[in-house]
Amino acid sequence: MENVSVSVKDLSLSFGAVTVLDTLNLDIKDGEFLVLLGSSGCGKSTLLNCIAGLLDVSEGQIFIKNKNVTWEEPKDRGIGMVFQSYALYPQMSVEKNLSFGLKVAKVEKAEIDKRVSRAAEILQIQPLLKRKPAELSGGQRQRVAIGRALVRDVDVFLFDEPLSNLDAKLRSELRVEIKRLHQSLKNTMIYVTHDQIEALTLADRIAVMKSGVIQQLADPMTIYNAPENLFVAGFIGSPSMNFFRGELQLRDERAFVHANGVDFDVSAYPSRGPFRDGQKVVLGVRPEHVRVDEALSRQLSHQAVVDIEEPMGADNLLWLKLAGQSMSVRIAGQRRYKPGTAVTLSFDMAVASIFDAVSENRL
Amino acid sequence: MPEIVAFNAIAAGIEPEAEKDPVALSGPWGRKPRRALSPRNIIIYGTLIVVALYYLLPLYVMVMTSLKGMPEIRLGNIFAPPLEITFEPWAKAWSSACTGLNCDGLSRGFWNSVRITVPSTIVSIAIASVNGYALANWRFKGADLFFTILIVGAFIPYQVMIYPIVIVLRELGVYGSLTGLIIVHTIFGMPILTLLFRNYFAGLPEELFKAARVDGAGFWTIYFRIMLPMSMPIFVVAMILQVTGIWNDFLFGVVFTRPEYYPMTVQLNNIVNSVQGVKEYNVNMAATILTGAVPLIVYFVSGRLFVRGIAAGAVKG
Repeated sequence: MENVSVSVKDLSLSFGAVTVLDTLNLDIKDGEFLVLLGSSGCGKSTLLNCIAGLLDVSEGQIFIKNKNVTWEEPKDRGIGMVFQSYALYPQMSVEKNLSFGLKVAKVEKAEIDKRVSRAAEILQIQPLLKRKPAELSGGQRQRVAIGRALVRDVDVFLFDEPLSNLDAKLRSELRVEIKRLHQSLKNTMIYVTHDQIEALTLADRIAVMKSGVIQQLADPMTIYNAPENLFVAGFIGSPSMNFFRGELQLRDERAFVHANGVDFDVSAYPSRGPFRDGQKVVLGVRPEHVRVDEALSRQLSHQAVVDIEEPMGADNLLWLKLAGQSMSVRIAGQRRYKPGTAVTLSFDMAVASIFDAVSENRL
Repeated sequence: MPEIVAFNAIAAGIEPEAEKDPVALSGPWGRKPRRALSPRNIIIYGTLIVVALYYLLPLYVMVMTSLKGMPEIRLGNIFAPPLEITFEPWAKAWSSACTGLNCDGLSRGFWNSVRITVPSTIVSIAIASVNGYALANWRFKGADLFFTILIVGAFIPYQVMIYPIVIVLRELGVYGSLTGLIIVHTIFGMPILTLLFRNYFAGLPEELFKAARVDGAGFWTIYFRIMLPMSMPIFVVAMILQVTGIWNDFLFGVVFTRPEYYPMTVQLNNIVNSVQGVKEYNVNMAATILTGAVPLIVYFVSGRLFVRGIAAGAVKG
């Protein structure tokens, strides 16, 4: 395994009776940007802390650059870490914050100055070097925090929800900057977030986590378009995927999902194995994979009435009632529908998802 | 065309001569007026004044009495200011009042108290802050048990422990000396100070500690370079608690030391309670004020820091 940067093998962590991580395996390639995505309490930050060495693991091993670092101190692992609350030392100036780790490691003065000025240049924080963290804005503080990881000249960057404390505008700015940073530095980066937009935009690969287990590990497009199970499908995407619980029916060489009196023709669905008649399934269709008033074919069409319209500028979101439940459809922003309008919906089943209702896995 | 006129005036930077809207200008406008003598204010300030008087009156009587000569005191007007101001009682209280056999006033007790308070305060705060830091940030095995024992220790009445401590000090060979008393004060300050520091450090962001560890800092580097500079308010609080507590201590001073090492409080008691001759109220008052001066000055000087430290601890802990 030449190009593996970080490797987690059979990692378990429990606090007393509570198991936070359960025999987790994860290989991260050299220079890869991996995002750990999940809702709070799923173990993503715990996993990051284990990789950083801030938490002792219960079982398993961690390798960084093919070196077993399971028992190593954080400073000896070749990592730099950026925290959600910035964690800048409040009594030190920006310059001292950046150089603290190097001074502790007894790096030569000239070398420290060189690395600090390089980091300051990359992050464009030279004018702030003499200031205290309290005199900086949130975005500047997080930049300094990234700088602190940068000066350490490490192989692996760990980000623990670095943008969650920033307002929406700064968040999107800094997101682009982190991506640019990764493109120029080409370091391995492991990034924890609960924000799916950050995950989808930044990641080379996303690991969606739930209850200490990785649900799916794949590139963003696969995660978005072919979610492995019901949890991933529901977690990714905003607004969420539309789900219809029903039964598979095979008639006249066609396949249907029969949900609440409505037949969805799913013959075009690229299923992994043969369908079983009578199987209980969940059909998932993303809001943008439904056409309004432009029928793909007669079989795929359904009648519905617009309930609520949510114009978002670029897009327009329609909420409708179909098969006894509410569903959302995303259409172009300039197409407007008044509530109460009757429309024809057609579903693009080639890009839909079908899950087994019991195992919740993709079919 | 009034609109155009008004518009041109605005464009030219001149206030337009707008037709005044009578309704908009007659109703309530701007800041709501407040009456100075509302029933609410009378109750609030009345209570505050009464409470202030309640605490200040004894101090007033003491200062006045200490500045009077004995003949004037015998007239009995304790609230009257002195007719003839004299500082003799103060001088006597400080340098020549008799306590038992020796007659060198409170000065010896003052220096004893200084020699007890300063090391006890410094040592107890130094140890307790490291204790609190370790308990808050370096969770070691048995940390909770250790902390529980320490806190339970704070609730055991002192009287129970006096005799065992006497034996321990005797065995250590420091019974009756200043060292022995300093050790006792340091140990007895430990539970409350450790609790204070632990809660303060636990209230500091944990990520700061993690960041320092990633930066390669160890136990002492993090303590001295990161935690200590951030914790000045709580150090001031601890210092005030210890200085006033140890300075005001009477029981330990009388039990664990010999007469030549008695702290100021014990000496004050001996001066006030000595039964030979006339009761010199003015000297007693002066001696009492002198003894109370140190905690008083500490409060005055650092009162603001104290409040800030307590408030910071309350918010973060």
